[in-house]
Amino acid sequence: MQMTSDEALIARIAGGDRLAMQLLFARHHVRVYRFVLRLVRNEATAEDLISEVFLDVWRQAGKFEGRSAVSTWMLSIARFKALSALRRKPEEELDEATAERIEDHADDPEVALAKKDKATVLRECLSRLSAEHREIVDLVYYHEKSVEEVAGIVGIPEATVKTRMFYARKKLSELLKTQGIDRGWP
Amino acid sequence: MMTTDKNTPGEIEELLPWHAAGTLSRRDAQRVEEALAHDPELARRYALVREELAETILLNETLGAPSGRAMDKLFAKIDAEPARKPAASLNFGTRIAAFIATLRPRTLALAGAAAAIAILLQAGFIAGLVINEHRTGGYETASAPTTNPGVGAFTVIRFAPQASFDDISKFLAANKLQIAAGPMAGGLYKVRVADTALPKDELARIVKKLQQDKLIGFIATTD
Repeated sequence: MQMTSDEALIARIAGGDRLAMQLLFARHHVRVYRFVLRLVRNEATAEDLISEVFLDVWRQAGKFEGRSAVSTWMLSIARFKALSALRRKPEEELDEATAERIEDHADDPEVALAKKDKATVLRECLSRLSAEHREIVDLVYYHEKSVEEVAGIVGIPEATVKTRMFYARKKLSELLKTQGIDRGWP
Repeated sequence: MMTTDKNTPGEIEELLPWHAAGTLSRRDAQRVEEALAHDPELARRYALVREELAETILLNETLGAPSGRAMDKLFAKIDAEPARKPAASLNFGTRIAAFIATLRPRTLALAGAAAAIAILLQAGFIAGLVINEHRTGGYETASAPTTNPGVGAFTVIRFAPQASFDDISKFLAANKLQIAAGPMAGGLYKVRVADTALPKDELARIVKKLQQDKLIGFIATTD
C-alpha cells in the first residue's frame, strides 16, 4: 500500500484543510520536537517551538515548491526557530530534567566505565558534542538526511557537511577517550 | 587500495555515515561497498560508524514526545488565523477515507508514539464523519458545534484505539448514531443516540447494548 505523500498533505493544507494539518502533525511532530530539543535543551521551549514550526507550515504551505522533502523543509524551519530562540536566550537554559538525562560526566574515566557500559558512555558523549556537531550527527543518523539535504537545512556547502560530520565524529572519539574508551581512531 | 588515513578524511571515508544511514545514491553506495570489501581498516571504522548510528537513534528515542499542549496550542493559533478558501473540490470524506486507508503501520511506528498517533488519526477519521454530516461549504472541525448540539439523547464514547474509519462509520450507521462533538479530553466524543430526549432507563439500556461492541472503549450517558 502506498502512503499519501507529505507533499499531497501540504497541497491540502495550502487549501486550508485542517485535517491534513492534523495528520502532518501526527506524522512529524515527535521528530521535529526531538530535533529542536537537542538544539535548545529545554523541553518547555522545544514544545513551544514546535507549535510555531507547524504554524509556519500552515501559513507557508502555499509557497512550498517541492524542491526538498517536506520533512527537510520542516527541519529547516525548526532549526531557524531554535536558533532564534537561543539568540533570544543566550544563556542556554537547560531544564533540570533534560540536563540530568543528557549530562553526566562528573566521574573520572575509570569510575565512569565501571558504572556504565560502552553504549551508555557513547550516548553521553554524543550529548556532550557542541551544538553544531550534535545537529549534524542527528540530521545524518537520526533524521536520515542526505548530504544535499543537510546542506540545505544547515545552509552550508555539501563539502563542508562532509568535513563537519567527520570532525564531529573525531570529537566524539576524543570524548570517549577521556571516558576511558579508546576506539583506535582517529 | 587503502582509503584510510588517521586525520585527513578520504572521500570514501567521509561517506560512511550516510552509507550506514542508507542515504547515499546507488552509485556512491556501490563505491563504498567496494572500498569496504578491500580495506579492512575502513571496514573497522565503518563498524564504529554503525555503533554511533545505533546510539544516536537510541538517544533521540529516549527524548520522549511533546505533550498534547503543543497540538492544542497550534490549533488555537490556526483558529485565530484568517479563514482560507478550500482549494480542493473532491468530496472531503472520500479523500480522507482513501488517505487513511493507505497509511502503513510501519511508517506510523517510526514516529515513536504509535498510541498518540492512533488517537490523532482516529480524531481525524471522526472529524471526517462530522464534516461529512454537517458540510455547509466550508470546513468544520470535530470540535465545532453541530447544528443542534443540545437536542436529543446523548452518550459519551471513547472508541477502541484499533477502530478504523470504516469500522466507526459502519458502527454509527448501524446504530443510527451521530457524533455531536469531540474529541474532548481523554479522546471522548459526544454521540447522539436519539433526536429527542429519552427516559433514563431507556438511555441506560441503549448504553448497555452499545457497550457490547468491541469498538467501544468506554461509554456512559450524558446530558
